Amino acid sequence: MSTEGTGNRTPDRPIPIQSTTEPSGAIDFFRDRFDLSEQGLEAVLGTALERSVDRADLYFEYTTQDSVSLEEGLVKDGSRHVEQGVGVRAISGERQGYAHSDEISLDSAQLAAGTARAISETAQSKTSAVAPHASSTHNLYPLDVAPTDIPVGQKVDLLSEIDAYAHRLDPSIKQVMASVISQHRHVLVAGSDGVLAGDIQPLVRLNVQVIASDGEKFEVGYDGMGGRYPLERLMQDEIWKPLVDEAVRVAKLNLQSIACPAGTMNVVLGPGWPGILLHEAIGHGLEGDFNRKKTSAFADRLGQRVASRGVTVVDDGTLPERRGSINVDDEGTASRRNVLIEDGILVGYMHDRLNAELMGMEPTGNGRRESYAHLPLPRMTNTFMLAGEEEPEDIIRSVDRGLYAVSFGGGQVDITSGKFVFSASEAYLIENGQIGAPVKGATLIGNGPDVLTRVSRIGHDLALDRGVGTCGKDGQGVPVGVGLPTVRLDGLTVGGTEG
Amino acid sequence: MSGWNEINGKALVDRAVQRATQAGADQVDSVLVLSNSQEAKVRNTEIETVKQSQERCLGLRAMVAGGKGRSTAVTSTSDLSLDAIDRLAEETVALARATAPDPHAGLPDGPFAEGSIDLGLADPADREVSLETRIEEAKRAEAAARAVDPRIDNSEGSQVGSDWNHIFYRNSLGFAGDYESAYHSIFSEPLAREGDSMQRDYWMSVARRLSDLEGAEQVGREAGKRAVRRLGARRPKTGEVSVIFDSRTAPSLLGHLSACVNGYSIYREASFLASRLGEKIAASSLTLIDEGCQPAGLASRPFDGEGLPTRRNVILDQGVLQTWLMDSYSGRKLAMQSTGSASRGAGSGPGVGTTNLWLEPGPDSWDDIIAQTDKGLVVTELIGMGFNPTTGDYSRGASGLWVEKGEILYPVEEITIAGNLGDMLMDIDRVGSDLRWFGRTAAPPLRVTQMTLAGE
Repeated sequence: MSTEGTGNRTPDRPIPIQSTTEPSGAIDFFRDRFDLSEQGLEAVLGTALERSVDRADLYFEYTTQDSVSLEEGLVKDGSRHVEQGVGVRAISGERQGYAHSDEISLDSAQLAAGTARAISETAQSKTSAVAPHASSTHNLYPLDVAPTDIPVGQKVDLLSEIDAYAHRLDPSIKQVMASVISQHRHVLVAGSDGVLAGDIQPLVRLNVQVIASDGEKFEVGYDGMGGRYPLERLMQDEIWKPLVDEAVRVAKLNLQSIACPAGTMNVVLGPGWPGILLHEAIGHGLEGDFNRKKTSAFADRLGQRVASRGVTVVDDGTLPERRGSINVDDEGTASRRNVLIEDGILVGYMHDRLNAELMGMEPTGNGRRESYAHLPLPRMTNTFMLAGEEEPEDIIRSVDRGLYAVSFGGGQVDITSGKFVFSASEAYLIENGQIGAPVKGATLIGNGPDVLTRVSRIGHDLALDRGVGTCGKDGQGVPVGVGLPTVRLDGLTVGGTEG
Repeated sequence: MSGWNEINGKALVDRAVQRATQAGADQVDSVLVLSNSQEAKVRNTEIETVKQSQERCLGLRAMVAGGKGRSTAVTSTSDLSLDAIDRLAEETVALARATAPDPHAGLPDGPFAEGSIDLGLADPADREVSLETRIEEAKRAEAAARAVDPRIDNSEGSQVGSDWNHIFYRNSLGFAGDYESAYHSIFSEPLAREGDSMQRDYWMSVARRLSDLEGAEQVGREAGKRAVRRLGARRPKTGEVSVIFDSRTAPSLLGHLSACVNGYSIYREASFLASRLGEKIAASSLTLIDEGCQPAGLASRPFDGEGLPTRRNVILDQGVLQTWLMDSYSGRKLAMQSTGSASRGAGSGPGVGTTNLWLEPGPDSWDDIIAQTDKGLVVTELIGMGFNPTTGDYSRGASGLWVEKGEILYPVEEITIAGNLGDMLMDIDRVGSDLRWFGRTAAPPLRVTQMTLAGE
């Protein structure tokens, strides 16, 4: 580590941290369990600020995760993991120094603070204005019992019921794989500008995958759901049975599906999970870091038309119980609803604090990180398009020959060129306005800044996905949600094997 | 953040195994991963981020005998106090009692790896190289990328990183081992702009020893050339064309194939190759090898995630499928032996993974492959997740270069290429002579006779 630096600026002193009323109880959790007093946190921040940095923050995390999984009728694996640690960040202009430790204590935070600040001092320093900042007052996912405290026997029983039910449904089902994953995450953020915020984030998920065979071919069907709600909800018959029905239906459908034609055609996307289109094609390009650095195809396009009239896209971290929701982001900024595109015009980016400050904008509650071992980045929460007025059936009927895609496996985007791709896991041909044969291997490809200008019809049936999305960026995964009403896109390129 | 020198890794995994055994486990193993890393990113001429971390995680797998087999649980913790390990051992055994007995569960029967073979996975001298020195490399890569062309006027940065790991393993059948490894990298991702068109591309080098990394200037220059080469990309028309995968995209095909020879996919019948062992599934020019014991290999290790020696596995011999890749569990399920392919992190139980996976180079030079292509696409980058191991169906987004009458004409983008991996493997008609490693998997350039391209 270099220890040279300019050091010609009066160091900032931390503003005394004040106790806030914080709905989730995370601040108390860390104070009680790890002795993290407010005075202690201030002392660590003081260490980080002894050299010429603009700002420093501490991020404490304590996460418990358990999972139980079944295959071949046996619950073969149970696992339980605890991840804990503290990350200390020092910021100087555009530069960030980061050090972390997997021991939660004021001592280890002090050592990390010494490392983080020394890193920042290798660079010239400059001042930057800090935006006003308030902790969240909403609690979007209050829980009486942490999902990780539900006895493992109940999770085992659920999986066994799912296995039996799936096999009963259809003799073509050869394999059933199912898992229940529970997570309980405590976070605490303390910043040198007086921020003190915490959150307790439960997260549950149920996955069901089946393999069906017609004696010759094998095909997979998958469905899953989850969110920040009581695990008990997933254990209700009326919740998990439809999930299994769906996985079985998709596997059998895939056995009958034909090769997808390749070429340009009109595409109708069904409601819900196909909102992944917004996430890939638009969302990433509107994250603040890429726009501050002008490496996004959307850079400098605020105020311009990027979508058809009637298209409004929001990113909303405040939806109760949603997988992508957060009370506060991982920098302590309260989550909120951010309009990105309004009636076709680009009106906003998603920001963490650093990029907001550097661009002279407000943080939007999108500063997220996978864990204490990572720097926060601007990330999406729940991203969706608002509903229009058309009947979904009319939208399908309006297409002579095209593709109706109702579910997707995953997608990816090149932020700079704007090119995106995503793969349909359930899609049908549309012929003369009617839904026709199911097709497999359909891939949609397009250009982010242009794809929403191809939206010609918007249904009234906005739906959010069932809580299965994980977004990856810079090697960090965070849970997200997406949503979409039925929409028609004109002239999209569909990749398939039939020329 | 105390240094790892103070941690007695051997004693910790010993204790975990001993305590879990005392708590009633029939078989136990434990893995401890200590890692240490630093990375820095330079963008334009300025340092953007510098990150230092130390992590440690102890994983424990306990199996309890009962009924018709053993029931299993896996846990992990980063709290390495003796109290925490003792508590973890008890919890793991209790959790194992809640899962179902499985007749195939258990540690491998052996023979376990012998002694500690030095595979040259780390050079102690590299620890003395300061982060400032590495940051200078990133600055040189960044400058070299910019110097390629005035149209390179921005970047996502140039990054350098070094990770050091020390892995300790112990099981209740008496095997214990540990090894150190290092992983160094340099990466550069410049942006080129012309009019409204903006393109990025990257180049990177990774190695076990710093001295084996490509030079910073070379990495920057190659990244810059590739970014500029993409400017002015067009969209070719939909149709059937030859597809040439270059040394950077060809390894992805091996990645897809390896998912289809994974023992777990086989017994679950989740691979389109499940019934094809011993058959010819690829062109005769293809010989595919996975070898975990290569000196200084980026994925080498002296023993696998269950303590078995790593070895050379020939997966394809002149197109004939020779073996699955298996750990002891998937091996038992298939009535076969482990191939020493167990991969394991501290936070999970064993699974099957590839090690150093490569395709033997062939006779064709890159220039010859291009010269012998009448109409085709050179794929330089692939995006999306359009591969289904159960059916072999393949459909991915691509960008690259358009070839006609033996010449590269212009860049292309916003296209997909589709086919079935089974057909693609049989239809490979050119295998390049140049084998370059960009990670754990390497393949020479490959030409597939015909695939469906979707474009304009």
